[in-house]
Amino acid sequence: MKKKNKLYSVWTNHGVQSFIASLICIFFGLLVGYLVLLCINPAGAGRAMLAILQNFLYFPRPEVALEYFGSTLVKTAPLLMCTLSVLFAYKTGLFNIGASGQYTVGVGAALYLALKYQMPWFVCLIAAMLAGGLLGAAAGALKAYRNVNEVIACIMLNWLSLYTVNMVLNKVKEASTTYTGPLRTENPAALLPHMGLNKLFSDNRYVTIAILLAGLAAVFVWVLMEKTMMGFELKATGYNKNAAKYAGMREKRNVILTMFISGCLAGLGASFLYLSGIEQWSCAQTSVPGMGFNGIAAAFLGGLHPIGSIFSSFFIQHITSGGSYVDKMVYPSQISDLISSIIIYFCSFVLLIRYMINERVINKMGADILNTEEENVSDDEKGGEDR
Amino acid sequence: MDNYAIEMRHITKRFPGIIANDDITLQLKKGEIHALLGENGAGKSTLMSVLFGLYQPEEGEIYKDGRKVEIHNPNDANALGIGMVHQHFKLVECFSVLDNIILGVEPTKAGFLKKDEARKKVMELSEKYHLMVDPDALIEDITVGMQQRTEILKMLYRDNEILIFDEPTAVLSIQEIHELMQIMKDLAREGKSILFISHKLNEIMEVSDRCTVLRKGKYVGTVNTADTTPEALSSMMVGRDVSFKVEKGKANPGKVILDVRNMCVAGKHGKKDVVSNVNFQVRSGEIVCIAGIDGNGQSELIYGLSGLEHLKSGTIVLNGKDVSSEPIRQRSVLGTSHIPEDRHKYGMVLDYSLENNMVLQEYFTPEFITSFGFLKQASIRKFAKRLIKEYDVRSSQGPITIARTMSGGNQQKAVIAREIDKDPRLLIAVQPTRGVDVGAIEFIHKQLIAQRDAGKAVLLVSLELDEVMNVSDRILVMYEGELVGEFDPEKVTVEELGLYMTGARRQEVKTDEEKE
Repeated sequence: MKKKNKLYSVWTNHGVQSFIASLICIFFGLLVGYLVLLCINPAGAGRAMLAILQNFLYFPRPEVALEYFGSTLVKTAPLLMCTLSVLFAYKTGLFNIGASGQYTVGVGAALYLALKYQMPWFVCLIAAMLAGGLLGAAAGALKAYRNVNEVIACIMLNWLSLYTVNMVLNKVKEASTTYTGPLRTENPAALLPHMGLNKLFSDNRYVTIAILLAGLAAVFVWVLMEKTMMGFELKATGYNKNAAKYAGMREKRNVILTMFISGCLAGLGASFLYLSGIEQWSCAQTSVPGMGFNGIAAAFLGGLHPIGSIFSSFFIQHITSGGSYVDKMVYPSQISDLISSIIIYFCSFVLLIRYMINERVINKMGADILNTEEENVSDDEKGGEDR
Repeated sequence: MDNYAIEMRHITKRFPGIIANDDITLQLKKGEIHALLGENGAGKSTLMSVLFGLYQPEEGEIYKDGRKVEIHNPNDANALGIGMVHQHFKLVECFSVLDNIILGVEPTKAGFLKKDEARKKVMELSEKYHLMVDPDALIEDITVGMQQRTEILKMLYRDNEILIFDEPTAVLSIQEIHELMQIMKDLAREGKSILFISHKLNEIMEVSDRCTVLRKGKYVGTVNTADTTPEALSSMMVGRDVSFKVEKGKANPGKVILDVRNMCVAGKHGKKDVVSNVNFQVRSGEIVCIAGIDGNGQSELIYGLSGLEHLKSGTIVLNGKDVSSEPIRQRSVLGTSHIPEDRHKYGMVLDYSLENNMVLQEYFTPEFITSFGFLKQASIRKFAKRLIKEYDVRSSQGPITIARTMSGGNQQKAVIAREIDKDPRLLIAVQPTRGVDVGAIEFIHKQLIAQRDAGKAVLLVSLELDEVMNVSDRILVMYEGELVGEFDPEKVTVEELGLYMTGARRQEVKTDEEKE
């Protein structure tokens, strides 16, 4: 009986359910992705799928693979920040679909200060964070005072921020291209420090402290939500605005604060990528970066837990990067985005799958355990007192 | 055997940690009103959900007209002619009465709605059973009583033979309750079989033919209502004798704790004031009760007092300090406790654990927070455990139970524990016994009186006249936002109160100084 009970508690454990649900979602994502590849060109499907899954392992030499592993991590850091941004807002009852916009203004603030005013990296970092936070707070204020749905406000702010940032960064772009000037030549002081981390990844010069900072941010978000008074208030406001007001919390301020923190996380993420020097911003972009949207999928895939987010963000970045190794002679160049999108799409079904697991476990196992428990009721009650 | 419209034999339904129905048998005769009585968590709702196809029982069988049936989902139940009026209505607010009635079974021709026939049928049914409703009125514009009649019409329109009423009187005024009783009797006379779920004994005595009692998931017995007494029923339900008479000594009013002067609260959308020029005092050591029919400004009065709504004018003095423009938190810290009328909307964060709900009013105090703003989990757990024990709050997993999964009565006990333990000067209790069972009502009334005897000022808002008469030391009647009478419960009759509550009579309510 003990064994059965233990099994039951394992199966009803939130984390276990999330983990299994995530694996199921990934499996179906891969399956459908594979079917699509088969439809387009059956000959290369197996190899293409393998390339996506292998990502940096595609390179047979370990030191090269390690270098590309570093690059995947560099891109994981901003994705993790966007994931945390979405997750934090979601846990406090808000759907921050504006992480992309907050990320975009973060890019704008960081690069403009770096290229125009030759600011050092930490100034650019803080500016990016505040820019994201303020944009988030704007959506929060609209929600709190004018009852504008945060999803609508965020989507519109996404576009506003994209074109504003394009306009602003146009002033610091290279003369011959649409890209902003490379930091390495224009202002090396704005590049994030390595602190020796690059040595671990075959001297990949893009590997910086951003990776560590993103990990710390995940821990910070977890502590803030679960252990502090602020988290207690923000979550209470998210779950039940009326009860929060009744308990004397300032529910309007809390909505704005939630969106501010959420925006800060996304803004920081932007600086983690662009201040590593791995990418330059194209001022001719016509859509907001996908980071914020991938963050939504990663948040759910990670079971809506900050630590789970670290792994889900890595996985999503892993297959996104892996997509670029698909043979472009066999498949059109959009295929990598398509396949990773399909997998990401399936990742957002985690909550549904978890719900299904829970129902099944309770129906199948709950009754069995109760049957055996009845016979041992007196024993159980004695045990219950001690606990 | 054949005269049972529905027979549920030896139904057992288990959930993890609880046996909701343990070998329960229920026999509903054709054309009878059969009451189903039990405390919160006795398994009434589960049994009805089994009958309605929402749950599958582990054991037991269901027979309709002597024939064994399988009910896998609500559609099966509908096909068998079983209909249900839920406690919380399932109506589309912005649709008309007629649209709601035909929802799901719309008569169509080539894809277009054909409402004329439906309207004719609804009008006929409405006339036959004296269900006066305007088919074109929008649900959001009509009273709760009329919404309920819409739900009844929905069942009749679908030609249901077995009608389930889940605590139908909880939301109604006294007048509307009488009307509903009449409607139920008419329905039974026309051959409909009615299952009436309730824990109000006087209603069961008045309207039902037989009554089945459940206790803690077990079948206690079925009795003919004519052969029993409310006392006998309640001891069947609770398992011990319950006193209806609230034991209390004489009040011993001390100094004024709450002093309300010329208070006005503005109505929504520029309508007239919902609380208009209200004056009253509550002293320490007395229970003052605001009586009135629902919707006469009692809720807004309390929102104004607690700070949930702004005053249009007037002053509120709490223990000698003007708090009229203080925020909610400040009023709470200065000694106001508030047991809100809607525990789901205001009283609890349903997705929080029980322990987090227990500290909802005090989480910011040094007892639960370190100086760096971190929660003291251990103190919270200890505090919650103490309250759970002292107030006998039952739940499946103790402090870590998610509040949503608890029964209504225990949620209410948790709210009451939290508010009383705060040791307030002024305790505001709004319908504290709404939707809780007899045992819990007794407990709550005792707590209110204990608070009074401990020298607290207690302001009680109640729609139940029994409660008003039994618990209070002084009664204020509210009608259309104004106080229209002040009474001593020893010297006034229920009938007299009724006249004031319906606006037929009024008197000037004097402040303490004017009395002297």
